[in-house]
Amino acid sequence: MIRVDGVEKAFAGKRTLGPVTLDVPAGRRVAIVGPSGCGKSTLLRIVLGLLRPDRGTVTIADTLMSDLTKRALRRKVGYVVQDGGLFPHLTAEGNVTLLARELGWDDRRVASRVDELSAMTGLGRETLSRWPVQLSGGERQRVSIMRALMLDPDVLLLDEPLGALDAITRARLQRELVGIFRALKTVILVTHDVPEAALLAEETVVMHDGVLVQRGTIDEMIRAPSSALVADLLGGAR
Amino acid sequence: MRRLLAVCVALSALASTGRAIGGERVTLGSKAFPESWILGEALAIVARSSGAESEHRANLGGTEIVHAALRAGSIDAYPEYTGTLRDVILHAHDASTEEVRERLASVGLGVTESLGFDDSYAIAVNRAVARRDALRSLSNLAAHPDLRAAFSHEFLGREDGWPGVRARYGLALSDVRGVGHALAFEALIANRADLTDVYTTDPEIVRQDLVVLEDDRGFFPRYDAVVIYRLDLEERAPGVLKAWRRIIGRVDRAAMARANAAVALDHRSVSDTAAGLVQDALGGAQLVPDVDPQRARVASIARDLLRHVQLVAVALAASVLAGVPLGIAASRRVRVAVLVIGGSGVIQTIPSLALLAFLIPVVGIGVLPATIALFLYALLPIVQGTCSGITGIPAPLAASAEALGLTPFAKLARIELPLALPSILAGVRTSGVIAVGTATIAALVGAGGLGDPILEGIALRDTTLILTGAVPCAMLALAVQGSFALLERVVVPRGLRVRTHAE
Repeated sequence: MIRVDGVEKAFAGKRTLGPVTLDVPAGRRVAIVGPSGCGKSTLLRIVLGLLRPDRGTVTIADTLMSDLTKRALRRKVGYVVQDGGLFPHLTAEGNVTLLARELGWDDRRVASRVDELSAMTGLGRETLSRWPVQLSGGERQRVSIMRALMLDPDVLLLDEPLGALDAITRARLQRELVGIFRALKTVILVTHDVPEAALLAEETVVMHDGVLVQRGTIDEMIRAPSSALVADLLGGAR
Repeated sequence: MRRLLAVCVALSALASTGRAIGGERVTLGSKAFPESWILGEALAIVARSSGAESEHRANLGGTEIVHAALRAGSIDAYPEYTGTLRDVILHAHDASTEEVRERLASVGLGVTESLGFDDSYAIAVNRAVARRDALRSLSNLAAHPDLRAAFSHEFLGREDGWPGVRARYGLALSDVRGVGHALAFEALIANRADLTDVYTTDPEIVRQDLVVLEDDRGFFPRYDAVVIYRLDLEERAPGVLKAWRRIIGRVDRAAMARANAAVALDHRSVSDTAAGLVQDALGGAQLVPDVDPQRARVASIARDLLRHVQLVAVALAASVLAGVPLGIAASRRVRVAVLVIGGSGVIQTIPSLALLAFLIPVVGIGVLPATIALFLYALLPIVQGTCSGITGIPAPLAASAEALGLTPFAKLARIELPLALPSILAGVRTSGVIAVGTATIAALVGAGGLGDPILEGIALRDTTLILTGAVPCAMLALAVQGSFALLERVVVPRGLRVRTHAE
């Protein structure tokens, strides 16, 4: 479904990412974990075409990411950032339905899709009519997920989606995400939280200093870490 | 009063018959001081007496602006002085009368003989200071380097002004400042300065009881008053030129000084004073009619205010139409930003007089150059507000907007511009308030507005007249500020204003 091939990226002459090669088959839920600054968010931004790699290619659903294809590809991919990235000048519902309305969906189609997503995230009509500043952190994240899923994309990319939440809200939303992710096809989740990766993804990729160092399930990696670094990183999980 | 009426009736009778025959039309200009207004108006009255239609665009600013207006054809003639012609316009101090005539003719301009008086430069001191230091002539100044001088900027900059006097007399005053000509007298009265430059027909010499220092080495050239006009008038308005010739050589220094005093000290209207001067020159008795200048002024405040609002509104609308797209372009690429914001910043630093002097040869005088200048000055805050509003959108929001897969136009219209709106409006508001203040310069190019009473008031040292322009101007600025605050409440999306956080 998503193929990253030999991608490299340098900032100010210093290579911060790569070379990275990563294949995520359709229907797989993959977590990317690693310490902050390891390049995991950069990798995600390259997958979305928000950053252009210095070298290498990204392919989504057999289409090569380029300036010509990136807009169409982005519509097949949902994207959720740390504190939601909601547009403050639009209501929650306005955020969720923005793209669909731009694409000319009629009111009935928009309303029925919003109802489906409301049922999935548990956000009511009243909450959806509010402005982003009037929502709690957890509600903002749910709205952001609804916005990402509005067009029923093949892939969902999440960049530390629960990073800005308090512990209780975070735990509750993690449990809900298990259910939401099950209903989806392909998920790439970037997190620095190993238990969250274990809970939400079938497979985990460990990144360090811009390169992938090990791939597998959390259990496998804890049993047989490829390096002291992986053992260190996963040590917190037990 | 009755006599004035008679003159008016006679002139208008002449005018109405003449108009039917000739169909000539002239536009006079004048510089920013009473003598120039009176002469400009007198020439307009005489032109009208020949049956032509005439218009007088008074108070156009300094020599550069009025002369540029003449060259550009925005006006047909204005009163000038021979010394200024040589030194400021032709840069030929020693040119003979014939050479002056030839050089003007080569650019399509003609010049008359002297109107009959000279208005030369001189330096004057307070009588008390003159007595204390026994000052009688310019040579005496050499012994008193501690005297404080407040000279007009034009006098300071001209070859036939201070630089020349200083060189000829070997003077070394330690405290020489440039001030507005009218303000120099205020400085002398308040004892903040001892010397200033005056004109020999200056009514202030009498009012302030000043002593004119004798030019004992004969430095100052004679400033004979003449009319400078476009030579095409000989084709277009021969009747007007013929009529003007009737007063050439007939306005004497005493009559001119009286007329200056009537306008500058007694606040008589320029048109009545000019009518009196014309009648005087043509052999009638001296005539200074009494009219109430205040009443006419009150009626014109509304007109000035309306013109002011019109200038600001048109210039501001044009600035928004140009500035917002420029700001968007600047937000896209750093190189464009450097160019656009740097460019509009440079415009901001050009003094308004200089900017107008650049514009007049291209677009003439009147509303157009004033509007263009205001438009240019209003650009920077709007461009900057738009650019920083867009580039200031937080990175996660910008990434989310990009990642959604919106078309570039939808992203701009639905996300970037609404989020940048408060910043754009703040820029437009700043521009609007600045434009209200800056629009007073419109009066320098004959575009009217509240600058008219302000400039006239400064020239006449009439505080009431200055306030007549300045107070409405200040209130207008407050009104602009207030209406933009209201506008923000209406157009900025609620989500950007709501601050309640429901946890």
